[in-house]
Amino acid sequence: MLDAITNYLYSSATPGEAGSMFWATIYILLITIGVSLAVICMNWLERKILAHMQVRLGPMRVGPHGLLQPFADALKLLIKEDIIPQDSDKLVFWSAPVVVTMTAFTTFLVVPFGREHAVTDMNIGILFMLGVSSLGVLGIIMAGWSSNSHYPLMGSLRSSAQMVSYEVAMGLAIVCAVLMTSLQTGTGTLSMIGIVESQAQQHTWFIFKFFPLGFLAFAIFAIAMVAETNRAPFDLPEAESELVAGFHTEYSGFRWSLFFLAEYAAMLAVSSIAVTLWLGGWLRPFPNWLSGAAWDTAFSLVPALTMFVLAGLCLLGVVRMPKIPQMKAQTLGLLIFGLLLGFVGLVLLVPGVRERVQDIFWFVAKVAFFMYLYIWYRGTFPRYRFDQLMKVGWKILLPTGLGVLIATALWGLLPQLSSAVFGLLGVGGVLP
Amino acid sequence: MSERTDYLDLDTKDETFLDATELVLNMGPQHPSTHGVLRVILKLDGEKVLGTECVIGYLHRGVEKIAENRTYAMFNPYVDRMDYVAAVSNGLGYCEAVEKLQNVEAPPRAQYIRVILTELCRIASHQVWLGTHALDIGALTPLFYCFRDREEILKIFEKYCGARLTTHAFRIGGCIYETYDGFEQDCLKFCDAFLPKLDEYEELLTTNRIWVRRTRGVGILKPEDCIALGVTGPVLRASGVKWDLRKAQPYECYNKFDFEIPTGLNGDTYDRYLVRIEEMRQAVRIIRQAVDGLPQGPIMAKIPKVLKPPVGEIYHSIEAPKGELGYFIVSDGSTQPYRVRVRPPSFVNLQALDKMVRGLLVADVVAVIGTLDIVLGEVDR
Repeated sequence: MLDAITNYLYSSATPGEAGSMFWATIYILLITIGVSLAVICMNWLERKILAHMQVRLGPMRVGPHGLLQPFADALKLLIKEDIIPQDSDKLVFWSAPVVVTMTAFTTFLVVPFGREHAVTDMNIGILFMLGVSSLGVLGIIMAGWSSNSHYPLMGSLRSSAQMVSYEVAMGLAIVCAVLMTSLQTGTGTLSMIGIVESQAQQHTWFIFKFFPLGFLAFAIFAIAMVAETNRAPFDLPEAESELVAGFHTEYSGFRWSLFFLAEYAAMLAVSSIAVTLWLGGWLRPFPNWLSGAAWDTAFSLVPALTMFVLAGLCLLGVVRMPKIPQMKAQTLGLLIFGLLLGFVGLVLLVPGVRERVQDIFWFVAKVAFFMYLYIWYRGTFPRYRFDQLMKVGWKILLPTGLGVLIATALWGLLPQLSSAVFGLLGVGGVLP
Repeated sequence: MSERTDYLDLDTKDETFLDATELVLNMGPQHPSTHGVLRVILKLDGEKVLGTECVIGYLHRGVEKIAENRTYAMFNPYVDRMDYVAAVSNGLGYCEAVEKLQNVEAPPRAQYIRVILTELCRIASHQVWLGTHALDIGALTPLFYCFRDREEILKIFEKYCGARLTTHAFRIGGCIYETYDGFEQDCLKFCDAFLPKLDEYEELLTTNRIWVRRTRGVGILKPEDCIALGVTGPVLRASGVKWDLRKAQPYECYNKFDFEIPTGLNGDTYDRYLVRIEEMRQAVRIIRQAVDGLPQGPIMAKIPKVLKPPVGEIYHSIEAPKGELGYFIVSDGSTQPYRVRVRPPSFVNLQALDKMVRGLLVADVVAVIGTLDIVLGEVDR
């Protein structure tokens, strides 16, 4: 048994490659728990970061610096009364949050957190991801329609129109990245792992490839993904000041929390696509500039260092806590949290763990950057109006995407094209 | 919600594009962006607004009727509860109206104190407007910036008269409180600190492409429409009509100060935004001049202990932050007014809503409600 486990762990194959149902289940469980945890962290971070941008403190009461606030909220939502409006279509109303959550989580099947840290390496990975994530809109329409109320209906209509329009631009941007895997190497791939490996082979992240084409494609994707996940400044489907809460106005308690979970999981999912396609997935930064075994070792220490820094921040917080009896529990809590982080950092120093975990760390760090951008947008931008949103989607992003796609293809074919042209000219006898 | 179409008096001339069924949407009275308990019934074709109907009165407290059962001095605190974000202005209007009826005038020092506090109150009111208006359009952050800086004004109010929101700062005949030690410095300190903060708000919004797109060309009011509807205040000035009671019919000591009246060109939401921002700058100018020229002397005119104004009637109006705030008071010579009628700017400005939003989208309705700067306490009284 133990041999089987260690054998698998040293084999560096995804469960899909190994054909092991057991390991696939384990991975799926881990990813589900991990994504849920990430949503909880995101909840706390969003409230804190947004609060600090807006010159306030955010949650401070439940746990030290409000660390337990998301758990308190989750508990509150779970024990709330389960309300299904009388005139709603009960079955559809019941199934809508399930559909939304399922699709949001299913996309993580093909997300490569590392070379061997994916449930499976599908050869149509990116296509699968797009297909499944766009199913989420179905759940939103179901929610809006079954609520039998005006605000949800309008919210869901807005949402579906928005998601459908932005998927076109998003698709064009993705095709650019896929094209980049095939150019110069000759073999293209739709597999998520393949795309990252192709970036490793070409010694460049696709965001820097064919500058500025790679960057433009990335920018189109980065805009479209915000619209796709209904976040500010494209948060019209749930525009609080207009539609109260949009498609989930009639939902409350646990069902509402499923929508919340799905929204954040979808944000993580599209950020993962962006990271995989343009920012080199699990690859560490500066592989060309700071290359060599010494640098590899140095970079593999970064995860542990990050944990130590976080632990240090917590301990600093412990020292700075007011020394009054009322804050004793909070101080103790923060101390335990800091020690926990420090312990995780120590575990990450162990050589075997270090090598396996660093891929996941870099991937998560890049996704976290996008998450921060989401929060930043929310703190900065007003909301677009619906017609303006459509204008941005169809009149700016779509033509730009098409142009970038054509330019990428031409650029990639440049060597062949030029030889063909020179060949023709040579045959014609124009050139000596 | 859609059954009660008997409310609606909407023209049906606008043929819908697809001849689809129209949607009647009931916005409010409990809605995040109707600024209190305004209820707007929208007739929609998809997202396009075909017509609106405002239902008001959810916050009606009978303030005008209460006045008939109170003495003149006793009614004074009640007016603070109308436009509760600009309570000082309300009190000023009422006190001046009664003073005019009684034919007394507040001493110069009292007048200066009144001007300082009223202009501070104008800034506070505009800050609440800016924060909520930006929030309606989806920008979260300006709200917190505005409320952070408004706090300084409320602190000055609190130090001066003990209350922050419903201040009851003035009395008929002048002021009852002398300024506290350091009042002038507090005011000047606020002015110095506030101007950079104002630039900060503008940095977030004025050149923000999304903000400009959401506000420019939205809810246009022509000058003649404004005058026909009786719209006043920044809404009127943004349409290009240079009408400000502080200049047109100077009350208190406003004719002693040097300030400008900002006006707009197009009368759209963006112009109204710029006009109000500029008004805050002008208010700072007035406060600085008033603090510099604050005279010494009594703060209360000689008025009888029991106020019995002579038989007659008076209409007096001031430029409140939201527009012309008028008081019509009829006296029968007793200690209580025979009738008090308030001309609230919010109520009159709200009547322009329908004209402004027809043909726009749902998202613009909240932008227009925000730009009209209504306070339901004042609309319903």
